[in-house]
Amino acid sequence: MATGVKPRVKVPGSASAGEVITIKTLISHPMESGQRKDSDGNKIPRSIINRFTCDFNGQNVIDVTLEPAISTNPYVEFQATVPETGEFQFKWYDDDGSVYEDNKPITVG
Amino acid sequence: MLRTTTTALAAGLIAVATGAWADPSENDLVINGDLEITTHAEAPAYIEGLSEIYSGWRFREVDTQATQMDDFDNPAFLAVDAAQEAWDTVDGDAGKSCASCHGDAMESMAGVRATYPKWNADAEEVRTLAMQINACRTDNMEAAEYGYTSNDMTGMEALISVASRGMPVNVAIDGPVQSTWEQGKEMYYTRYGQLELSCANCHEDNYGNYIRADHLSQGQINGFPVYRLKNTKLNQVQDRFKGCIRDTRAETFKPGSPEFVALELYVASRGNGLDVEAPSVRN
Repeated sequence: MATGVKPRVKVPGSASAGEVITIKTLISHPMESGQRKDSDGNKIPRSIINRFTCDFNGQNVIDVTLEPAISTNPYVEFQATVPETGEFQFKWYDDDGSVYEDNKPITVG
Repeated sequence: MLRTTTTALAAGLIAVATGAWADPSENDLVINGDLEITTHAEAPAYIEGLSEIYSGWRFREVDTQATQMDDFDNPAFLAVDAAQEAWDTVDGDAGKSCASCHGDAMESMAGVRATYPKWNADAEEVRTLAMQINACRTDNMEAAEYGYTSNDMTGMEALISVASRGMPVNVAIDGPVQSTWEQGKEMYYTRYGQLELSCANCHEDNYGNYIRADHLSQGQINGFPVYRLKNTKLNQVQDRFKGCIRDTRAETFKPGSPEFVALELYVASRGNGLDVEAPSVRN
């Protein structure tokens, strides 16, 4: 069970129609790989973010599968084309079943 | 066989002694595109061994440098965000938060990080920022102390440091702190451990040279607390001192000990003129 998980997202507040923008996302998460052992020799159970998605007005922009080798605090940066004013929805899926969400509006003018 | 080994070792030593020099990078540190940070300055007159001082940022790879140039990319800001929450949260028997007395940290704490460690007249002692945070927690908030090198502490130090980013380090070395400063200076030039290394052996005589696969910096602490890629967390300056002394194969002092407070004061004063850039990113 990961504690203190907090997503951060950076999306420009406005863009022109059809513009390609850069989106940066970061989530604080230990990304415990499941390969390590504690001081008593017991396996530390795997606890990672296994999936990250971004939707724009209900349409999927990116859907990422994350694997155990990805390091602490996974950072995902990608580009998206913005056709209209709307809202980006970000979701991170944890191994423990938690889903962390963040939304960012963008204005096309 | 023995002779071969010795020859190989000797060749290795010569390579280290003659090659591997790398000047500090010429890049300029500009954070978020508008906050210019001084990472190179003339050395203060009281440092005999250096003519110029450089922030550790100058000795890092371009990718590591870039991570610090945008607060979103800088993972230390996860801890800063957490500390901002702690700042606004009531803790302890006095029913106060940091904000109850100090208001907005970005305003009230501006310039604070640049002058620590400094003399506290009431307590009649040299206080580091960490000691001051704990004094505030125990005396004013009646809350439990943070562990000296805990994540709570480094996060709070980072938050307070952000308010001083871009301001020149200006640590006083005279008056009541002078004897402590002299103690720190003596430590800096004292060889510790089985390897018999002083701070100066690496950070004054050999900065820019390789130490194993990495470039030695001048050991400036204007960027502390530092987010290190090797342990993916903020590192407290005295924890770093401990690591350095451990690497000389010595018994180290404890973070928070009078010895490390003196050393922190002296090392901080070696960076007078560089800008506060904490929380920084290093490897």
